[in-house]
Amino acid sequence: MNDPKEALYHVHGVDVPETPVAPPTDQEPWGETRVVGKPLPRVDGYERVSGTAVYPADLSLPRMLYGAILRCPHPHAVVTSVDSSEAEQMAGVQAVITGFTPDDRATRQHSELIRNNLFNTRCRYEGEAVAAVAAENPYLAQDALRAIKVEYDVLPFVADERRALEPDAPQVHEAGNQVSDTQTYERGDVEQGFREANVVLEQEYRCECEIHTPMEPHGCVASWDGESLTIWESTQGVYNVQTQVAAALGIPLSRVRVVGHYMGGGFGAKLQAGKYTFLAALLAKQTARPVKLTLTREETYLAVGNRPPSNMRLKAGVKNDGTLTALEFSGTGTGGAARAGGTSLLDWLIRELYVCPNVRTETTDIYINAGPARPFRAPGHPQCAWALEQMMDALAVAVDMDPVQLRIKNVPTVSQARNGIPYTTTGFHQCLEEGARAFAWEQTRNEISREGRDSHVRRGVGVAGGAWAAGGGGPPSTAIVKIYSDGSINLNMGASDIGTGTKTVMAMVVAEELDVAPDVVQIEHADTGTTQYATGSGGSKTVPTESPAVRAAAIDAKEQLIELAASEMEVDASAITLSDGKVIADGDTPRELNISALRSLRRRGNVTGIGYRGPNPSGKAVTPFAAQFCEVEVNIRTGEVNVVRFLGAHDSGRVMNLLTYRNQVFGGITMGIGYGMTEQRVLDVDQTGKMVNKNWHDYKLPTALDVPADMTCIPIDLHDTEANTTGAKGIGEPATIPTAPAVANAVYHATGVRVTSTPIDPTKLIQALTEAREGE
Amino acid sequence: MAKKRREHDEEATARTGLTRRGFLSHVGAGAVSVAVVKPATAAPAPPPQAMAAAELSKVSLDINGRERQVLVEPRWTLSHVLREELGLTGTKVGCERGECGACTVLIDGVPRYACLTLAVEVEGAAIVTVEGLMNGEALGPTQQAFLEEDAFQCGYCTSGQIMAVEGLVQGNPNPSLEEVRHGVSGNLCRCGAYAHIFAAARKAAELRRGTGGES
Repeated sequence: MNDPKEALYHVHGVDVPETPVAPPTDQEPWGETRVVGKPLPRVDGYERVSGTAVYPADLSLPRMLYGAILRCPHPHAVVTSVDSSEAEQMAGVQAVITGFTPDDRATRQHSELIRNNLFNTRCRYEGEAVAAVAAENPYLAQDALRAIKVEYDVLPFVADERRALEPDAPQVHEAGNQVSDTQTYERGDVEQGFREANVVLEQEYRCECEIHTPMEPHGCVASWDGESLTIWESTQGVYNVQTQVAAALGIPLSRVRVVGHYMGGGFGAKLQAGKYTFLAALLAKQTARPVKLTLTREETYLAVGNRPPSNMRLKAGVKNDGTLTALEFSGTGTGGAARAGGTSLLDWLIRELYVCPNVRTETTDIYINAGPARPFRAPGHPQCAWALEQMMDALAVAVDMDPVQLRIKNVPTVSQARNGIPYTTTGFHQCLEEGARAFAWEQTRNEISREGRDSHVRRGVGVAGGAWAAGGGGPPSTAIVKIYSDGSINLNMGASDIGTGTKTVMAMVVAEELDVAPDVVQIEHADTGTTQYATGSGGSKTVPTESPAVRAAAIDAKEQLIELAASEMEVDASAITLSDGKVIADGDTPRELNISALRSLRRRGNVTGIGYRGPNPSGKAVTPFAAQFCEVEVNIRTGEVNVVRFLGAHDSGRVMNLLTYRNQVFGGITMGIGYGMTEQRVLDVDQTGKMVNKNWHDYKLPTALDVPADMTCIPIDLHDTEANTTGAKGIGEPATIPTAPAVANAVYHATGVRVTSTPIDPTKLIQALTEAREGE
Repeated sequence: MAKKRREHDEEATARTGLTRRGFLSHVGAGAVSVAVVKPATAAPAPPPQAMAAAELSKVSLDINGRERQVLVEPRWTLSHVLREELGLTGTKVGCERGECGACTVLIDGVPRYACLTLAVEVEGAAIVTVEGLMNGEALGPTQQAFLEEDAFQCGYCTSGQIMAVEGLVQGNPNPSLEEVRHGVSGNLCRCGAYAHIFAAARKAAELRRGTGGES
């Protein structure tokens, strides 16, 4: 697995297409930039704050119906009969599809898909689809679901991966509950490494299952026009959805148009089409009317992804001077009832983050009767960081070193997980050092040690590091920049803006090259019918993937424009520059001309520049790094933890827009606080196997009261000119990797107690504090 | 405002013959089953008038200063009516059970969850949605503050956050950080833009003060 992107964002059955090899570029890295890097508000901010941005859930088409899906209430059951006759007779109900209803004329060609794939009678998790309806309004659709009578043979279930490999555990699939052979990795000699260590520690860790729950539930609107299908989908990747819909329905790609201009959050859960997408298309076909199908919040908890729970054991050896000698890791996890990457990249940071010659890891992916996992903001990494970064903290205590210094001592210069190839850039050392300085790490620790332990409110500070396996992006990507005869500019690209500010950053790239203001650049994006091919916006790769293609397109357009101008103004092209919508010809008597005054451009209509994403440097690893610092106050009487402040120091290459960059860092920290402190899927593993907290009341996200207002972003603004032509690496995922263990380490610093399983809630912490007191 | 609302109520009653109070008893008996606790000695209540879920009644809603006549099912929420019947999709829906606040609107100046509010409940009340904060094509001060401070990412919770802040700053021209945090604590943001939302709320108050407090 030398290229973790392959493992991460591979969608089964879908080949990753290749664009033509990019023409050789001689683009110089930017020096001083005029636009790029500035903290500029978003080019689509107006739409998002005025309420005029149309998300798929907002779309309304003439004669549109509302779809809804009936779901299996049991974690494991066989559907023996579905009686939808009453629902079909209800006023306002226009279509019912089940695996048991007679073939409808319009959807007959899809009956195999319906019976075997969409409504397979064997339901292996609570929330598996059983039937779907379309009705005149969403209330009537829900009424219709309630009128459908389903009989189930309820089967024994297993809902805890820690018990699923026991010999008498119920089988999720016939071949057993282990998804595949245990994956192993080894370098050096771990036993020898432990013998060389002065201190060896071993600890078990657990991370609970986390659910994405983007604010806009998954959903789409599907509409047929003859044999052509248009889908407005809340998605991170319109081309992913197009590919899957075309394959599932057996129609040409050219007849599936997927549009995803605005979407209300994804975090990895919206990189693919859902059954709901196919069902909306089938319901629309059957009724010959457009169908909107938006999942309920409860459905988003059950059926459209999660971050797998992880059970980890880590043994580590260190010398008294802080040199790591050996790391031995084993982990299990579950992607639920499907092959869904239950241990994807779970051991990556063990292999990668710190210099260590002797490493052995093994990971085992297990089936249980629960909803399938999907990629979730840095798959595997926050879990691994939870274990590794708490272990580093414990090792620092054991050898009496400052935790920041122990990490700095072991900062790698090569990618050990990729057989020792060098990084294009690494700012990990600076993340730790400059972050600690800005946080006043040493001073705060000194202050706290002087304060003593008299108060029942104890202060503590914690640090954690991180790296992200796939933040360099890469081909394929194509972008088009058009300069119109009036000097206005259009950027056409397939990438989705999932809220990270992609459109804004790309407008800034064009503005930088063509010397205009970013708001001059109008953008078409995320539409398979009208925009260029792009991979899904995931993996923190959108900026490093798309911005070089956009830059190349802008340069191509600029060169064509300059050529036109040179011939019209009868000067050499090298004498021409662009500035603020004008063509300037240098010479004895400098001349300038508005772009709109170029006759040759008016005759042509526009110039069209095309840009491709070139390959990544071979033999090099492109990796974003991070260090985060936090301060907490722990009430040792109640177990309550107040996160007082947080600082994220990140090396994600060039900062493209300081404002949206900072927003990503704070957002990652906020999500990490939830991961570490409040969020967990609770399955009733003993009695029903059902999820007991499938709503935002019982599954608690961080609110405005749970995060510190005091957040600081320290960008380590290293321009990674070797990685790509804009020098940027990804920021979205790195921003959430170190957060939870930084909190755990701060809690330890405050209390002397390590909470090794997420979340650190008051109940768990007070129990740990009590045990520690009794143990004294 | 309160006086206006009472007048609206009376007008509404005259038009539809159904008061909000009366409506609730219908719903209690009909669409939603509600346990009614009464003393054992009380006389048996008259049989409730059940109203079919799909029966439509006419309501008159005061939305963004305009009166809108709508035919609604009694069970329809305000968020459904705003979005699906009137096309005011600036108001978002995230959970339909009062947990996320994406559907927050001002009802008589108070931020409330439109998903937990039945359309028939708010006849006569002054309802303001995010669209109602605009001055024509220009953003209102709270919206402007959110834009400048980048107080959102995906933007789906944003209308609700803006309405929560708008409700706060209308009543409190200079909220403290703690007041801001409490003011938006009923609004989830999964992207985690809270730190920027706090800054936007302070800026919104500042912009309002700068424009004489009127939006």
